[in-house]
Amino acid sequence: MTSVPTLELRGVDKSFGPVHVLSSVNLTAKAGEVTALVGDNGAGKTTLVKCIGGIYRVDAGELIFDGTPRTVNGPRDAALLGVEIVYQDLALADNLDIVQNMFLGREEITRVRTLDENSMEKLARQALDSLSVRTVRSVRQHVASLSGGQRQTVAIAKSVLWQSKVVILDEPTAALGVAQTGQVLDLVRRLAEQGVAVILVSHNMNDVMKVADSIGVLFLGRMAAQVRRKDVTQTQVVELITAGRSGDLGLSPEESSGAAV
Amino acid sequence: MSAQTDDLVKQDEPEPDEPAEGLAALGAYIRDYFARVRGGELGSIPALVGLVVITGVFALVHQGFLSAYNLEALVIQAAPIIVMAMGLVFVLLLGEIDLSAGTTGGLCSAITAVLILRQGASWWLALIVGLVTGLVIGFAMGWLRARVGIPSFVITLATFLAFQGVTLILIGGQGSVILPDNSPLIKLENSFVPLWLGWVLLAVVVVGYAATKVNDELGRRRSGISRAPFTVIAAKVVILAVLGAAFTYEMGVNRNLSTNAFFNNKAQGMPWVVVLLLILFTVWNFVLSRTRYGLHLYAVGGNEEASRRAGIVVSRIRISVFVICSGMAAVSGIIAASLLQSVQSNAGAGNTLLLAVGAAVIGGTSLFGGHGRIIDAVLGGLVVAVIINGMSDLIQGANSAGYEWVVTGAVLLLAAGFDAVVRRSRTT
Repeated sequence: MTSVPTLELRGVDKSFGPVHVLSSVNLTAKAGEVTALVGDNGAGKTTLVKCIGGIYRVDAGELIFDGTPRTVNGPRDAALLGVEIVYQDLALADNLDIVQNMFLGREEITRVRTLDENSMEKLARQALDSLSVRTVRSVRQHVASLSGGQRQTVAIAKSVLWQSKVVILDEPTAALGVAQTGQVLDLVRRLAEQGVAVILVSHNMNDVMKVADSIGVLFLGRMAAQVRRKDVTQTQVVELITAGRSGDLGLSPEESSGAAV
Repeated sequence: MSAQTDDLVKQDEPEPDEPAEGLAALGAYIRDYFARVRGGELGSIPALVGLVVITGVFALVHQGFLSAYNLEALVIQAAPIIVMAMGLVFVLLLGEIDLSAGTTGGLCSAITAVLILRQGASWWLALIVGLVTGLVIGFAMGWLRARVGIPSFVITLATFLAFQGVTLILIGGQGSVILPDNSPLIKLENSFVPLWLGWVLLAVVVVGYAATKVNDELGRRRSGISRAPFTVIAAKVVILAVLGAAFTYEMGVNRNLSTNAFFNNKAQGMPWVVVLLLILFTVWNFVLSRTRYGLHLYAVGGNEEASRRAGIVVSRIRISVFVICSGMAAVSGIIAASLLQSVQSNAGAGNTLLLAVGAAVIGGTSLFGGHGRIIDAVLGGLVVAVIINGMSDLIQGANSAGYEWVVTGAVLLLAAGFDAVVRRSRTT
């Protein structure tokens, strides 16, 4: 646990006009671990994710990748640093097959500038196999014919394909049934085992307690606490989410009384 | 059919094992094919079935429908529709529409004709000016759509009206401009490929098709992913060869009714426009199914937001399809001028566009974006041409033109309804 975290945020501030959405947020995400990011609606989860992904620029604070502070000025910068965000709406094209979706925008090209379908198909298959995905019958299926869980699988496998270092999953299980949720959570675990720093944004306490190694709780734009999963109970996490503090964990009483807003 | 059909074909086995040859693989392939058809990926089936059925009906009720003479008429009637539909496929892939394709074609052909006849320009210079005009028009409309954000329906409705006016002004009061008899532009639709060259062309097409398919399949097997058994490829090649040979043979029949000492020029061989169609088909099919640009067209048509996040410059793609569509409309306009040997003041107006959109949709291109291939334009264009040609013989009398319009409209509505129903079955 002494290793340098893959991603570390230090004192990240972000405001939209007069509204302070994030104030001095710290978060660390280590390789091989699932770091859950939880918080009530409006706590700033989505804003924080978009700051990491380069969609918003931070007003103050540092984004430290593998121990080196970096400036992220756009989604392209974030992608170059190995950040992949799997949004809730997944952003898959229904009329394309799995391979085409996984390679969209980064297609392999042959010497004569045509699409190298064969090597793309092979790589896509390998990426799915590395996650032990058994639910997808053929990688040449159109995404339109896939279930919600399978779509999530494709979106997650994409990040394996691109050897992302930080993968942020935005509510991956929100729209799924019980069985598919289980499959996706397994997938999240295996993704972390490959040495990826996974950040899981979720509302679902069961999911978080099941797969996370570390839990960061946002409360009204502040990081109430980042705790190890094994050190806390579900009740404590819920208290952190709703009140910003739980016993000696979390913000001080005056901070938690809505000072950030 | 095209390369895309085969790309859609998926393996039956999840593990890319040694390809099983023989009947087992063939059976698996066929089962897989039907599974896909049930899943709503109909490909060219409706258009092919439609083409065979209506051709059969007309051939039964009308003697000589499949004669060499009528076949030639069918081909040269279908050519401008097919070319315009090819361009429209690109626009439709993005879920856009170009209502002005017909009048753009009319305007471009009018410019070409006027340059030749009134300015004395050489035919190739006039042709280039006409085609470039098409590209510029497309760029302007694409720019208005992508950068200014006006719906394509409105932009192209405006240009549909405006270009009709410009053509009217250009042609002037005389109502039409007649192309000179010896112009190479007229030869396109009214002059024929020598018989030997026709057979050479057929050989090139069949061998080229077979070589592409076999090469693709060998590449897949080298990568350890096999899909189509060679039996299937062989069957497709044979079907293509047989149909092509039948067409080439039939077109080789002399169609001049009276050949004597004074009129011994024969009308035999396929029209030159067939060669143009083959070239356009090959080029655009290649672009759509094998290039990154083509894939991005489908992606933008399927999910614009996903494409944007993947780093595709959506506005550039959007402008490009209008450029291609208007460029192809210009080519179509020139072909129509060649067919009529003149340009009318109402060139490209009326149902020109409707027929081309109908052709693309009947062929299987979706009006909702994301689904469509170049073969759709060809098959759909043939269906439309067969209907028009057959109807004009079938319905006689004072109101025949009226009935033709009604039937054409009904067929278009049927095809669009079919598209909507298939789309619904795909999403649920």
